[in-house]
Amino acid sequence: MDVVFLSRLQFAAATMFHFLFVPLTLGLSILVAYMETKYARTGDETYLSMTKFWGKLMLINFALGVVTGITLEFQFGTNWSRYSAYVGDIFGSILAIEATTSFFLESTLIGVWVFGWQKLSRKAHATVMWLVALAGNLSGLWILIANGWMQHPVGYVIKNGRAELDNFLAVVTNKFAILEFLHTISGAYVLSAFFVMGVSAYHLLKKNQIEFFTRSFRIALVFGLASSIFVAAIGDTHGVHVTQVQPAKLAAMESHWETSKGAPIHLFAIPDEKNERNLIEIGSIPYMLSFLGYHDINAEVKGLKDFPKDERPPVWPVFISFRGMVGLGVLFILLTVVGWFKRNRLLESPLYLKAMMFAIPLPYIAIEMGWIVAEVGRQPWIVYGVMRTSDAVSPISTPQVFASLIAFILVYGFLGAIGFYLIFKNAKKGPKLAH
Amino acid sequence: MVLETTVLQSIWFFLWGLLWAVFFITDGFDLGVGTLLPFLGKSETDRRLMINAIGPLWDGNEVWLITAGGVTFAAFPAVYAVMFSSLYTPLLFILFALIFRGVSFEFRGKIESAGWKKFWDTCIFIGSAAPAVLFGVAFANIFKGLPFDDTGYHGNLISLLNPYGILGGVLFTLLFLEHGALWLAARTVGQLQNRAASTAAKIWPVLLCVIVAFLVASWFSTHLYANYLKTPVLFIVLALAVVALIGVRVFISQKQYFKAWFASAATIISATFFCIIGLYPNLFPSSMAPGFSLTAYNSSSSQLTLTIMLVVVAIIIPMVIAYQVWAYYLFKDKLTPKDLAYEESY
Ligand code: HDD
Ligand code: HEM
Ligand code: HEM
Repeated sequence: MDVVFLSRLQFAAATMFHFLFVPLTLGLSILVAYMETKYARTGDETYLSMTKFWGKLMLINFALGVVTGITLEFQFGTNWSRYSAYVGDIFGSILAIEATTSFFLESTLIGVWVFGWQKLSRKAHATVMWLVALAGNLSGLWILIANGWMQHPVGYVIKNGRAELDNFLAVVTNKFAILEFLHTISGAYVLSAFFVMGVSAYHLLKKNQIEFFTRSFRIALVFGLASSIFVAAIGDTHGVHVTQVQPAKLAAMESHWETSKGAPIHLFAIPDEKNERNLIEIGSIPYMLSFLGYHDINAEVKGLKDFPKDERPPVWPVFISFRGMVGLGVLFILLTVVGWFKRNRLLESPLYLKAMMFAIPLPYIAIEMGWIVAEVGRQPWIVYGVMRTSDAVSPISTPQVFASLIAFILVYGFLGAIGFYLIFKNAKKGPKLAH
Repeated sequence: MVLETTVLQSIWFFLWGLLWAVFFITDGFDLGVGTLLPFLGKSETDRRLMINAIGPLWDGNEVWLITAGGVTFAAFPAVYAVMFSSLYTPLLFILFALIFRGVSFEFRGKIESAGWKKFWDTCIFIGSAAPAVLFGVAFANIFKGLPFDDTGYHGNLISLLNPYGILGGVLFTLLFLEHGALWLAARTVGQLQNRAASTAAKIWPVLLCVIVAFLVASWFSTHLYANYLKTPVLFIVLALAVVALIGVRVFISQKQYFKAWFASAATIISATFFCIIGLYPNLFPSSMAPGFSLTAYNSSSSQLTLTIMLVVVAIIIPMVIAYQVWAYYLFKDKLTPKDLAYEESY
């Protein structure tokens, strides 16, 4: 186990853990802001209880999102110092802009929201939550512009032994980053909608606060239906773009070994990386890969064999995760469409409610799998085609990283368990109704 | 707007210093309050009052740290890379401490059990005290210079704990404790306020002695005075710090605690700038060979990046300051036990 491997493991653990909390904040802040606006407009107390109940769950989640984010901001320096020195001119400035434009707004106003109920008018208080939601989503945009640049670097020149900024506009309008942003936030909205629907389903099954949870369920259903369709549509567009700019990743996503025209897709396969082939292929759909990648059934798709061995990403995790994500994405559309037809008789559909309750973890899985596709599929590059991950690591010692990795796992495991326990406990307890 | 690269580099050097100074005055008092928690929080009500006195503000304050880190990355990437990989272990200690502290505020009130609360109170204490000490140790060592050359960093955690480094740790802790005690005195009433005020009064002479000791030790251990000897008029910054520090004592005697807190903030800002000016143009000096030192001139980003960042900062940071001042203003009233009845309070 060398420093590169341990640092990768540590970075993956830290970001994936951060991303267990980020998406719920992104989506739930919008739903809470919407509920509070309804309250400010109508004065209906049920909306006030809804704001407080869902807001409380959001805050527990928010705390974990914030503290895990702080370590990420410094990890590039601690563990990827050669990377930081090489691309800081571009990457660092995006991160700094994110902090000044988004984190300040989000963190300052969340305090105002929590403690400001007695100090602000209803409308002003609801506006504060809208601004929190806006700032959170804006921070997602900046960080994904940074990540999009690593995936598909644009607007730079190699000068003075490093990558220097050449065209700022090109960096912030990078198509890869924009698609990544739209796909990631809509995935986050799916997750938040399923969270609200799942918790509501639990209470509806127990015939608890029926009015409160029916309303919550319906609001989330509309949000979830739109987002589920959107995330899949953007995912498709994103796939086409990946085919063009990261052909090796696409080949790994599909475990596609031989360059061919009219390439098929396999619903299931077992990649055999040593012998450069698939052991089994089941459910092959001819021409489908060419169609999905180029929207042309006869297009030629480059296979993994045509990439030098040291420029191929690991096939297994990318292939499996991609299938998992897309499969779940289809399931989310189905579940929300069914919900749409049942929206006026939720109480008479216990089976559906039960399914929605058990569906809470699924978007979490989809979202983490998506990141594995994007990040593991980018390997062996840290900046695609420009810098290798193995050249990016800090000159630190193995025991140092080993110790910090263990510390990360213990601390995050401990706090994550408590955090999810508290969310779970408060979700089960249900709202205090205002009178 | 086209500025010469060297001008931009110097502007960014001082903006970098300013960000750290603002971080020290904002997060400084809430780290101080957290460190005082077990000593001044005699009852559960007192402890909740203390936590709620910083409750709405600590998260926004901490972003100054994130921004200081982000700006180091953006404006001086080589410094970001060398500084944070060299100070790997202490930095991770700071981050883990801040993690525990941050979740504690949110978690402690969520379960009604004395043991549960006690555990998170301990986390708040350690999570506040450890960063205060470690930032002091780290910055003192930066002033002194760290042992690195082109083959990498040759120090370790123990070598950071040299006498000058430890003195820096003590200094920062006392500054933050004073600052935190004054905040509490300004925001609370009754016994808690009395305890906070008398703590501030007791810390003051100790702080004074440690500042003098630090100034003397800096003469022998660092090159911080070189710029002042070249341009003695700069000593005015030190004079400002001294005046502000005396102001703290005067306002405490007059029981004007908000004014005392502002004076304490002025002390921290001018003290930080005294060191930053002394450091200039070094950001991360090497104690092994001055040739390897990272300076504003040899470690900065390109002219284009520095310019774009300057425009962004010039537009955004005044807005940030405006809404943070608004938030402080919103929560300026004295906290009393009846404020704890609201369900949203920590
Ligand atoms: C701004 C940059 C950025 C962003 C937004 C993300 N990552 Fe990333 N990721 C990196 C920058 C990066 C990196 C610094 O480039 C790493 C470390 C080593 C490497 O090769 O890439 C990396 C590695 C990395 C790996 C390990 C890949 C491997 O080494 O085989 C995983 C699984 C993830 N990331 C997952 C995530 C998740 C779940 C994210 C959601 C927050 C995420 N990444 C956001
Ligand atoms: C690996 C790169 C990342 C870094 C360096 C990073 C950095 C940070 C930091 C420092 C914070 C704390 C800010 C505060 O105190 O308020 C934070 C929180 C947050 N981040 Fe990230 N982040 C990363 C990935 C992402 C991604 C990919 C997204 C979204 C698409 C995201 C969205 C958020 C949001 C919404 C918060 C607010 C807190 C919360 O989620 O509960 N971050 N991040
Ligand atoms: C249903 C059809 C879907 C398709 C066709 C699709 C397609 C894709 C593709 C091609 C990538 C890789 C992009 C890259 O290499 O950077 C990706 C990444 C990702 N996916 Fe999906 N996806 C789908 C559904 C979902 C769902 C339902 C979620 C979450 C709820 C999700 C979350 C993510 C995330 C978080 C990433 C990483 C960030 C990014 O690169 O955008 N995806 N997806």
